[in-house]
Amino acid sequence: MLLDIIATKYNYAGFIFLMCIGLWAMIGKRNLPKKILGMSIFQTAIMLFYISISVKTNATLPIIDAHGAHGHDLHVRAADYLNPLPHVLMLTAIVVSVATLGVALALVQKVYREHETLEEPEILEQLRK
Amino acid sequence: MKALAWISCVLLGVAMLYVATNFPDWGDPNSPASLHLSPHYIEQAIPETSVPNIVSALLADYRGYDTMFETAVVFTAAMACFFILRVLGCEVSGQQLYRHLETGILIRSARRINLPLGSSFKRVESVSQRYDFITAKVCRLMIPFLQIFGLYVIAHGHHSPGGGFQGGVILGSAWILLAISHDLQSACDRYAERKMFVFVATGVLIYAGTGVLAMLYGGNFLDYSFLGPLFGLDPVASRSFGIFVVEVGVGFTVMATMILLYNFLASAGRCDEGL
Repeated sequence: MLLDIIATKYNYAGFIFLMCIGLWAMIGKRNLPKKILGMSIFQTAIMLFYISISVKTNATLPIIDAHGAHGHDLHVRAADYLNPLPHVLMLTAIVVSVATLGVALALVQKVYREHETLEEPEILEQLRK
Repeated sequence: MKALAWISCVLLGVAMLYVATNFPDWGDPNSPASLHLSPHYIEQAIPETSVPNIVSALLADYRGYDTMFETAVVFTAAMACFFILRVLGCEVSGQQLYRHLETGILIRSARRINLPLGSSFKRVESVSQRYDFITAKVCRLMIPFLQIFGLYVIAHGHHSPGGGFQGGVILGSAWILLAISHDLQSACDRYAERKMFVFVATGVLIYAGTGVLAMLYGGNFLDYSFLGPLFGLDPVASRSFGIFVVEVGVGFTVMATMILLYNFLASAGRCDEGL
């Protein structure tokens, strides 16, 4: 029973592991770039999770090969192609993650310009003075 | 604090592992995600939009709103980086350094000299700034091909993996290669920052403008099938063409955003010699 579950759902364990690494880096690390790295790992884990949902056994990429058939006699069966919806959603998520990464790095550079350090305790110490 | 974070992450992981036992199997064709909307998209993409790459059809047509606001997010990121980082009005005065590119000899000048484009001298910010002849020439050979590949990925996004986002990133990376192999200053001389901001805005405008145009022709916002009279195509083919127009807009925005993000992050907002 347990072995069946592991054999058919092992992919989720990988994403959860990655996601926990990212979350731990965001909560536990004191260095701001490391926190941003953790955020990226977290986002990547969620992207992989969505992409794995789109997988169907014995299916191919969601690009229809229209060269073989001409016009209307093309018959497409949904079971032959991967689910395109998670791909589209994750295309969006990848671009948004790049945008958030860029803004986060810009903020970190600004913080460094102000405080000359990227360690969170030292920044908090300077803010208390 | 660190121990607390560790414990809470492990607890969350265990809870999620427990929940994941109820999830569909890896590669299950009958998982709930594959049963509701996606069969319609897969089977009707060719009859409705005549686009073989279903991901492109979904991205720019069925889920057009999503992609439009995503383009707006990219636009906002470029603007946010500009406002956070850019340092304006730090024109260097006094002694200037010029390097003769082929021999590497440095020349000091008491005032600034405006060099013509293609001059064998180049203004440099510091003595340590290097110029590697072989790297620069090889990269200059490669960049046109990279750019053509980027344009191909945008234009062929209907029939093969690709589209505006991917092609835009390739076009942007060609510029970043120029900035890495030479230096940021000479790359900025070729791609004016102001033009890049025009590109960022133009991309969003092309996307939203296509939607508004569809409204003017009597359809819903972003319903490209009503653009047939404008393109001179039947409704199905005009949906395909509308997707292409929108992807070009996305390509503009993404390319310019990549360039601007690199520009600001690599030089801490000064846009001088960079890395």
